[in-house]
Amino acid sequence: MSEIKKIVDKIRTGQTMAVAEVMAAVERAKNIADTNAILEITEEYAIKRAEQVDKDIADGKIGRLAGVPFVAKDNFLTFGSKTTAASKILQNFQAPLQATVIEKLEAEGAICIGKANLDSFAHGGSTENSAFGVTHNAVDSDRVAGGSSGGSAVVVARGVVPFALGTDTGGSIRQPASFNGVVGLKSSYGLISRFGVVAMASSTDVVGPIARTVEDAEIVTEIMAGKDGKDMTVWADGYRKADGKKPKCIGVIKEFMGDGVYADVKAAVKQQVENLTKEGYIVREVSLPMVKYAISIYYIVVPAELSSNLARYDGIRYGQRSQDAKTLAEIYGLSRDEGFVDENKRRIMIGAFVLSSGFFDAYYLQAEKARTLLIADFDKAFADVDFLIGPVAPTPAFKIGEKSHDPIQMYLSDIMTVPASLAGLPAISVPVATTKNKLPIGLQIIAPYKKDSEMLAFAKTIKEEKK
Amino acid sequence: MTYQPTIGIECHVQLATRTKLFSATDNDARDAEPNAKVSEIDFALPGMLPYLNHEAVRLAVRAAQALNAEVARVSRFDRKHYFYPDLPKGYQISQMYQPIILAGHVDLPNGTTVRVEHAHLEEDAGKLTHHDGYSLVDLNRAGTPLIEIVSEPDIHSAADARAYAEELHKIMTYAGVTNGDLYHGNMRFDVNVSVSDTDALGTRTEVKNLNSFRSVEAAVEYEIGRQIEVLESGEKITQETRGWLDDENKTVSQRSKENAQDYRYMPDPDIPPIVLDEADVKEMQADFPRMPKEYRARFSELHVDDSVINALLANQKIAEKLYKVIEESSTDIAKRIANWFATVITENDETDLPSTANLIALSQLTGQEKLSSTAAKEIFIDIMKNDEDPMIIAQRKNLLQVSDSARIQKIVEEVLASPAGAKAAADITSGNDKAIGFLVGLVMKESRGKANPAIARKTIIEKINQK
Repeated sequence: MSEIKKIVDKIRTGQTMAVAEVMAAVERAKNIADTNAILEITEEYAIKRAEQVDKDIADGKIGRLAGVPFVAKDNFLTFGSKTTAASKILQNFQAPLQATVIEKLEAEGAICIGKANLDSFAHGGSTENSAFGVTHNAVDSDRVAGGSSGGSAVVVARGVVPFALGTDTGGSIRQPASFNGVVGLKSSYGLISRFGVVAMASSTDVVGPIARTVEDAEIVTEIMAGKDGKDMTVWADGYRKADGKKPKCIGVIKEFMGDGVYADVKAAVKQQVENLTKEGYIVREVSLPMVKYAISIYYIVVPAELSSNLARYDGIRYGQRSQDAKTLAEIYGLSRDEGFVDENKRRIMIGAFVLSSGFFDAYYLQAEKARTLLIADFDKAFADVDFLIGPVAPTPAFKIGEKSHDPIQMYLSDIMTVPASLAGLPAISVPVATTKNKLPIGLQIIAPYKKDSEMLAFAKTIKEEKK
Repeated sequence: MTYQPTIGIECHVQLATRTKLFSATDNDARDAEPNAKVSEIDFALPGMLPYLNHEAVRLAVRAAQALNAEVARVSRFDRKHYFYPDLPKGYQISQMYQPIILAGHVDLPNGTTVRVEHAHLEEDAGKLTHHDGYSLVDLNRAGTPLIEIVSEPDIHSAADARAYAEELHKIMTYAGVTNGDLYHGNMRFDVNVSVSDTDALGTRTEVKNLNSFRSVEAAVEYEIGRQIEVLESGEKITQETRGWLDDENKTVSQRSKENAQDYRYMPDPDIPPIVLDEADVKEMQADFPRMPKEYRARFSELHVDDSVINALLANQKIAEKLYKVIEESSTDIAKRIANWFATVITENDETDLPSTANLIALSQLTGQEKLSSTAAKEIFIDIMKNDEDPMIIAQRKNLLQVSDSARIQKIVEEVLASPAGAKAAADITSGNDKAIGFLVGLVMKESRGKANPAIARKTIIEKINQK
């Protein structure tokens, strides 16, 4: 059942008010301070917004999200709070305008009550790279929340708000959703405007919701989708409703079920295969041979793009400028040294290297060619199956500090999420099981390009195995 | 030793669009306060995205026609990275790999053809001013659309370098691509100069940021001389960028190739490719104006001085007016009008020109000797200010020539009867023909300038011979 609809219904029938919903959500947010999921609660601004929404409701203007509180990852430009991207360089940055998606959600009566923690500039898969401290897993506080949208996943998993916004560049929505037992949607590239979202890698960044139900994820996605005249990569047709045709054939990605995948994770996927077969689907194994290169492609293309996108943080016009800088070179060097975390610097250096004269052809161009072949693999697979399924990550949430000393190990855990990102495909993580120690496990569904609504319709039929 | 100079020119042309290349900011910053024409996009706030200005594409496509060049069916934008405070994003959006304008050529008035290698769209940077101990950044110009036209090294003299720059300025302003305001930097030239006494090209130097035709010519002249001097003294030319000191009329070393920057070019993932089909190009190039070359060919029929033609071409509206006059009348009539125009022309004159019909009428009246050349010029200046039938002006101002022989005979008789006239007549009889001019002058004086001097002369000779 949609939690969003529950709130909007109660508001419509006068059983509650936006202000009451917001104050309750703010209270719940304060109660999970121990998780460090929220960087800033925007209580004052949220209550003011709620009062306005209540006034609109009294005037008969009831939006599709009237009075629904939500949390945005702190890389969305919003009023009422700072937008830090969990970085020192933007630690005091107040946005003079809001992201398109925030405007669209507000226009439907939704109210942002706070900003969620993330890996600095979304660089990471554990929220350990935040300049403002690690976020703890919603289920086990010794474990990571996943990332980079770790804060967003935790606030939804802990029931603070019915949905939160995340961004997914290589798994940053799906993986934390899986680690915390909630639904995380990575939309098709081009469905939702990126305007006003702090850029990581322009060619794979997408905006998406984290929610407790697939239905809620769909409600939010439909509202956020479509052209805004500010992001040229958004397509004109916006969100279409699913055609209603029942999918017949599901592919299990062979390469996602190999050695090194945690037994409980494999078992959870196999259980779903059994369920689907029982329901009459044809389920078959599908091989995507290029997937084995996905990490290599991703960690060339994405650092290249992000090194470029982060060049604007120079301490000249806004953001933190080093107090010690005396020359222009020092303003750049020291401000960026102090403003970025190690992982930011690591990726900027990789990106600058692969783009440098003499290496561009060998790395970036070669990676883009391989990316085209990876997309061709998906096209071939989708000629035979309606959707692909597999795990979201090889393991459930790992221990805080377990991998942070080894960036390569950390990168390798993105293996199952980066292929859909590189291909621009819609993908979703839905909770399907838990490990013996109650750690959530998600199932990933990957759909053909622009088939977001069909994928969501299918995802609604997936049932979580209760032990 | 004789040295052959070889010159290639890169020209930046500011497009006459209402807004910037990737933002809706006003593109005209001529009298604006610093940083008054800067939006969040130009300022490169986090999360901002470029949105391509369609008008800039249209003007580039028209520039292609002026350059006799094909338009690329697919062109793309790339990012050129470097850190400098005038570059808010840390990269300039340009077209490195797939420019919008392909190979073309420019024909100079002296018959030389300069091939154009390609031309591409890009955004301008801002401006820095340096003060005592600090520098100021003005981003008004940041994001202004430019096309950079890159010539082949087809120029071999300073005079031709200037002629090429002047011709580019003419064709770009005629085509409406730019306002062509050199004072405000609407066109800036970088010249690449080398000299060689063999068939192989010598080492080149580049002189950047020349903003007048005079400085283009002078800088090339200076570089040719300097390079020959260096070679003659047994030294080698260093490949480097040099600056032009306008006051001292010389170039100085700025940056050598060893210190050249690595711009880490990469395709801009935020901007989809520009895809143009035949119909798009045709539509964008509709109603294309005549180019200077066409006017020159037509005006050469008039057998007027080159200086007259150059004066006419300095103002596109006048050139077009004269072209129409030629089409609607004869070369004799048009030649007179050409000479009148040549004496009054100012560049970028905004006033309306007289109608073709009135110009032709004025020239006809002069041809029929109903107006003296002095009177015709006076009426020409009148109709340039206020378009009116020249016959009506002539009558109102009493400027029509007296060609009525009875009236002229009467005046001649009076003049010959006067003491001065009688003496002159006597001189003529005794063989001093020069006195005829004196007598014509007396007749003109008596008729207050209206007598037709040819008829007056004829009548004087007849009267004297009758005696």
